[in-house]
Amino acid sequence: MTSRKIEILVGLFVAGAIAAFFMLAMKVSNMSSYSGGESYSLTANFDNIGGLKVRSPVSAGGVTIGRVSDIQYNSETYEAVIRMDIDAQYNRFPVDTAASILTSGLLGEQYVGLEPGAEEDYLKDGDVIDLTQSALVLEQIIGQFLYSQGDKKE
Amino acid sequence: MIDRLANLGATTLAAFERLGRASVFLLVVLASCTSLLRRPSLLVKQLYSVGVQTLIIVIVAGLFVGMVMALQSYYGLVDFGAEDSVGVMVVLSLLRELGPVVTALLFAGRAGSALTAEIGLMKATEQLSGMEMMAVNPMQRVMAPRFLAGVISMPLLATIFSAVGVLGAYLVAVQMLGLDYGPFWSQPQAKVDLYDDLYNGIIKSLVFGVVAAWIAVFEGYDCVPTSEGLGQATTRTVVYSSLAVLFLDFILTALMFSK
Amino acid sequence: MNQILVKIRDLHFSRGERKIFDGLSLDIPRSGITAIMGPSGTGKTTLLKLIAGQLRPEQGSIEVDGENVHRLKTRELFELRKRMGMLFQTGALLTDLSVFENVAYPLREHTRLDEAMLRHLVLLKLNAVGLRGAAQLMPSQLSGGMARRVALARAIALDPMMIMYDEPFTGQDPISMGVLVSLIKELNDALDICSIVVSHDVPETLSIANQVHIISAGRLVESGTPEQLGNSQSEWTHQFIHGDADGPVPFHYPAKPLLEDLFQAGRA
Repeated sequence: MTSRKIEILVGLFVAGAIAAFFMLAMKVSNMSSYSGGESYSLTANFDNIGGLKVRSPVSAGGVTIGRVSDIQYNSETYEAVIRMDIDAQYNRFPVDTAASILTSGLLGEQYVGLEPGAEEDYLKDGDVIDLTQSALVLEQIIGQFLYSQGDKKE
Repeated sequence: MIDRLANLGATTLAAFERLGRASVFLLVVLASCTSLLRRPSLLVKQLYSVGVQTLIIVIVAGLFVGMVMALQSYYGLVDFGAEDSVGVMVVLSLLRELGPVVTALLFAGRAGSALTAEIGLMKATEQLSGMEMMAVNPMQRVMAPRFLAGVISMPLLATIFSAVGVLGAYLVAVQMLGLDYGPFWSQPQAKVDLYDDLYNGIIKSLVFGVVAAWIAVFEGYDCVPTSEGLGQATTRTVVYSSLAVLFLDFILTALMFSK
Repeated sequence: MNQILVKIRDLHFSRGERKIFDGLSLDIPRSGITAIMGPSGTGKTTLLKLIAGQLRPEQGSIEVDGENVHRLKTRELFELRKRMGMLFQTGALLTDLSVFENVAYPLREHTRLDEAMLRHLVLLKLNAVGLRGAAQLMPSQLSGGMARRVALARAIALDPMMIMYDEPFTGQDPISMGVLVSLIKELNDALDICSIVVSHDVPETLSIANQVHIISAGRLVESGTPEQLGNSQSEWTHQFIHGDADGPVPFHYPAKPLLEDLFQAGRA
């Protein structure tokens, strides 16, 4: 085996590994959401965010338009504060847009859904979404259901 | 009774002594790695025998692991009507665990044992002494290139393993079981994180590479230069590196994915 | 110029519990063939490794060309080793390189010769040991004697001031033995260097050595020219030189009397 041949094979090996890395990064991971480039951020307050996590998707009409970038708890208002990075091309959300925390499928992950309002002005970078609906927590739903059943009987 | 106690003590001391020698050895090898900057051809040659020659077994194993994973997760998930998640399940398992770990185990069996045997044989046939007598430092010429080649090869091999595994899973899930290819690719894109999953997997395999290459090169260097000692050293390389990889995998997983 | 190249003083060395050298002192002159002889297991090879600085003595000193081998820093030791050649029992050729590359190896490592010059030198060295025609063979294709000759060519590649031969005649057929004997003699005379031959092959070694040291049990037993040793008064030396089966070194490994041993075995 000449050293020339060895060099070529090693070169192929390294190139193959790099190709494999990019295939994994592009095809099966969320690299595209990092390389999105331009974005602006919005904030929303919720009573309860359920199982929402940093980098959970933000969608409008079922289309992913951004990601949750930060989750804090405000101990003055007793609310969860969510910051979202929204892709810059989707910059025409009215100021009365509503944000709710939804679940994809029965057991799926939770995401933030945006429901556009009707105002003329649009949300800008750093704005706060006022209309929010918290996540549905299974125990609370069951609790309410049992409570209402009890009321009916009386 | 006292004899047993003395035996235990002696064994413990010997183990620590060996660990100490191995650590000193690692430091010397690391220090010798700088000399490779002037002789990169030595490294290329070892990348060939350590990396390229392990590639075939890694590709074949990756393909089958991916295919089996797809089949098994399909059987498990179809009961819940969640067979669309086959893709994300296979990809996450491959990137986080199976890619780095199975590659490291294959590496220990294929390349690690070969490294130990080669260095042990060089020791037994006095090639290492011969180099020293030619005023050539075998640490720089023999150990360092082999060690570094192992460290570099491991993440490359693990990445290829994972990629081939995903392709194998695609073949089974989409071509054979007839799942829709849309969710197969889109679910991982939504749930697999570049940093948390892909990069952490690569860091894992880098750590495994250091440990497996270290054990392989040290066992060869430290072996008893007889045919029996050589056989024992080769066995020890495979056993120790496999155990070390599995143990470290637990530690690293606990550290990386604890959130 | 000092006539003594290697000066060993009060050397102590042991392997585990076993004492190998117990106060050995020797002088080896700058030119001529010096033979160090002794029965198997007396540490002749160990002595060479001590001289080359591959092992450290527990006590005592070894000076080579005026430098204390075991006080040198690694870099200085390597500089010294460039002026030493060693021929190992097995040849110690690098198995993944061809004969040509093996001989070229020390030159490539330590000099910056251009390829044409290098080829010239390597072929000359190979020619000196009669193996120029084997330049493109791999070490696995060589016989034991040829491998040793290639190793010899490699050892003289850097024109050393001394060459150490570790058991050069062991396991050779009469022809390759004869070749090696005359090669060692010729090279020594042609290059005017110091040759140290460690061996227990008595007639071959005595035929070329200028000076012979016999060591046993970690000490120097007798020194002299081959003639002097041939007429030695010492019974031990006589037995070693002539290879008698019984003598001061008994035929039987120490044991209790035969009858007693047999009787015990019958009873058991």
